[in-house]
Amino acid sequence: MSAAEAVSAAVPGTPAQAAVLAVAHSPADLAAARTQMGFSLGWHIVIACFGVGMPAITLIAEWRGHRYDDPTYRLLAHRWARAMGVLFAVGAVSGTILSFEMGLLWPGMMYTYGEVIGLPFTLEGFAFFIEAIFLGIYLYAWDRLPPRVHMLTAVPICIAGVASAFFVVTANAWMNQPRGFDVDDGRVVQVDPWAAMFNPAAWPQTVHMIIAAFMVAGFGMAAVYAVAILRGRNDRYHRLGFRLPFTVGAVLAPVQIGVGDWAAKFLATNQPAKLAAIEGVYRTASGVPLHVGGVYRDGEMHYALEIPDGLSLLAHWDPGATIIGLAEFPAADRPPVNIVHWSFQIMVAIGFALLALGVWFAITWWRRRNLPRSSWFFAGAALAGVAAPIAVESGWITTEVGRQPWIVWGHMRTEDAVSPVPGLVVGLLAVLAVYLVLTITSVYVLRRLAKVPLAQDEDVP
Amino acid sequence: MILANLLIGTMWVALTAYVLLGGADFGAGWWALLTGRSRYGSRQRELIDHSIGPVWEANHVWLIFVIVLCWSGFPAVFASVSSTMYIPLTLVALGIIARGSAFAFRKASTATAQRHAYGSVFALSSVLTPFFLGTVAGGIASGRASLGIAQGDIITSWINPTSMLGGVLAVAAAAYLAAVYLCADAVREGADDLATAFRAKALVTAAVTGVVALAGIAVLHADAPVLYRGLIGPGLPIIIVSVVTGVASLALLLIRRYVACRVAAALAVTALLWGWAVAQYPLVLLPDTTIRMAAANPSVLLAALISSAVGAVLLVPSLLWMFVLFQRSPRRSRT
Repeated sequence: MSAAEAVSAAVPGTPAQAAVLAVAHSPADLAAARTQMGFSLGWHIVIACFGVGMPAITLIAEWRGHRYDDPTYRLLAHRWARAMGVLFAVGAVSGTILSFEMGLLWPGMMYTYGEVIGLPFTLEGFAFFIEAIFLGIYLYAWDRLPPRVHMLTAVPICIAGVASAFFVVTANAWMNQPRGFDVDDGRVVQVDPWAAMFNPAAWPQTVHMIIAAFMVAGFGMAAVYAVAILRGRNDRYHRLGFRLPFTVGAVLAPVQIGVGDWAAKFLATNQPAKLAAIEGVYRTASGVPLHVGGVYRDGEMHYALEIPDGLSLLAHWDPGATIIGLAEFPAADRPPVNIVHWSFQIMVAIGFALLALGVWFAITWWRRRNLPRSSWFFAGAALAGVAAPIAVESGWITTEVGRQPWIVWGHMRTEDAVSPVPGLVVGLLAVLAVYLVLTITSVYVLRRLAKVPLAQDEDVP
Repeated sequence: MILANLLIGTMWVALTAYVLLGGADFGAGWWALLTGRSRYGSRQRELIDHSIGPVWEANHVWLIFVIVLCWSGFPAVFASVSSTMYIPLTLVALGIIARGSAFAFRKASTATAQRHAYGSVFALSSVLTPFFLGTVAGGIASGRASLGIAQGDIITSWINPTSMLGGVLAVAAAAYLAAVYLCADAVREGADDLATAFRAKALVTAAVTGVVALAGIAVLHADAPVLYRGLIGPGLPIIIVSVVTGVASLALLLIRRYVACRVAAALAVTALLWGWAVAQYPLVLLPDTTIRMAAANPSVLLAALISSAVGAVLLVPSLLWMFVLFQRSPRRSRT
């Protein structure tokens, strides 16, 4: 489908009108729209990860506080709840903006396919609502409810957070594996929203993302205490504050590598262009090596470390398996290789580094029932708090840029979905400025929260 | 067609909840803007914080439902409106960011200067956000966003007499709702002097809202004839309900029956919204796009309705519990 045809599919009216719209937006506007979407989504993802993972970690602390009558755990739970409130608020607003941007930036997609992917967003709306209600209760009713009931109010927050992530990511998975509709004369017909939601990519993508969210929350929270311990505040409060969230991250690190492998195998059979871009494979071949590092130019990977038959083995459990190369796809349908390749490399490298850190922790704990003593370990843990979100961003760039030039894979190109109105660049600049202020203020406020003297905090959530 | 009507009805219920609950939140921000720096002003802001603190996050989610149900059930309407009204909707989005985060930041900070700064951002965005939402409503009601991507003028679709009316009316109604809500909250807090202060504010706002609404008749007559004919036609009974309950809320305010006044004020605003809906029915976008034409496939409408019904079963008891929990139990001073 050409650009003009796609727009005339999306816009009722004369073909002439559609042709005007198809050329109305400039490449700068498309780039601005993609940057704005990428920026606001990338920002939201990190905050949302805390929204998914932090309630459960806080609940564990509160439960241990009551179960073992341990005031340190109760204090940790209070303080985490307070930070959670701030993060949930900025997560809520940054998520709301995304639902605006779906229409502001990509009306071409929403016009035609809004109804196909509406269902998971509707369900996500309910999950988010439940989360907001019970978060309000959890944060404000600390002293109005008996401890047991108060802890129970955190359960819906935990479930709703995971459910939200599930629903939203199924919608993204649909963009990779569009299902549940037919196109007839430019209109979608025979829509099956349930089939669209439970598309083949839904499971690998959602499981990978939810585990990633818990890892970001766990390593992110632990990093705060790792920094404090490095600065000499090596007391029980900081050690417990480190131990609980770090354990969550460390336990999930090996699981995540397995799930990541599953997601990559899924690409090999279902979205081969993306896998080919990830690995920079140009020509279809069997016994394809795995590329570590390297730069892709003119159909070749240069300077990469090659592991013979590695990719075939990883993708199909068979060293002689055939891998489909980029040459099978028209040049206009290939994703940009270097961005996809490198973001994937960064994600995998961080994943293994986090695994190594978790193993260090596990071995020390097994031998001595205590945290490692080395300041190298805590320096690594402090870095993990930054590295985990970077891994999530890289993974997300891999999957989103790897889908290009399609916004709906195989059906609609990104350039045909973008809004034809002028001035998207101005909108981008405004949004960037607001997010810059928001980022600086969020970090500042969270740091202030962390610096409140412990004694002031004994009875207030 | 029944499914499409049911879904647009569901959307309108969600929109009503947003206007009543989110609107009162916005209005509380407006009053926070006007309280000044005195000790008395800070007591008013504390009351506002107490009243909306636990609930504002949930109140805000109604808007997401309206948006999501719109793009599921009426994708063409969503794409048409959001591409034409790109500028005010971007401003609404930025306002929502500023408002929500400033409110959370203020709660989390202790330094007075910072609390003032966050409070100002919160208050200012509380006024601008409903104003721009109102301009979008006015643009739709006066037929300036027609079917198709970016088919309307991106400037005059929201800078026009009906849009300005919509914006001012949204801010005024929000301020009125908030003042009325806060009267009852102040009484429950035992702060009778604050209740008196908000009663005075509510009376003034009621007068302003009434004048704006009356002036609106002339504006709509000149600028939005289709809507005007609908309002004096099939919408008239509902508009009369709105006027009657609005006057009743004023009377209840005068005799200090604040809880009953809340109900009457909420009914007045609700009737205004539903009067608009009835007046425009069955068109979703002027001049000639009907609900039937813009509706998604029946399977999608059904899925949206089923998931809304199931979701409501979870949602309604949770919401009621939250409101009861924070309305009934005594409040405690917190910093």
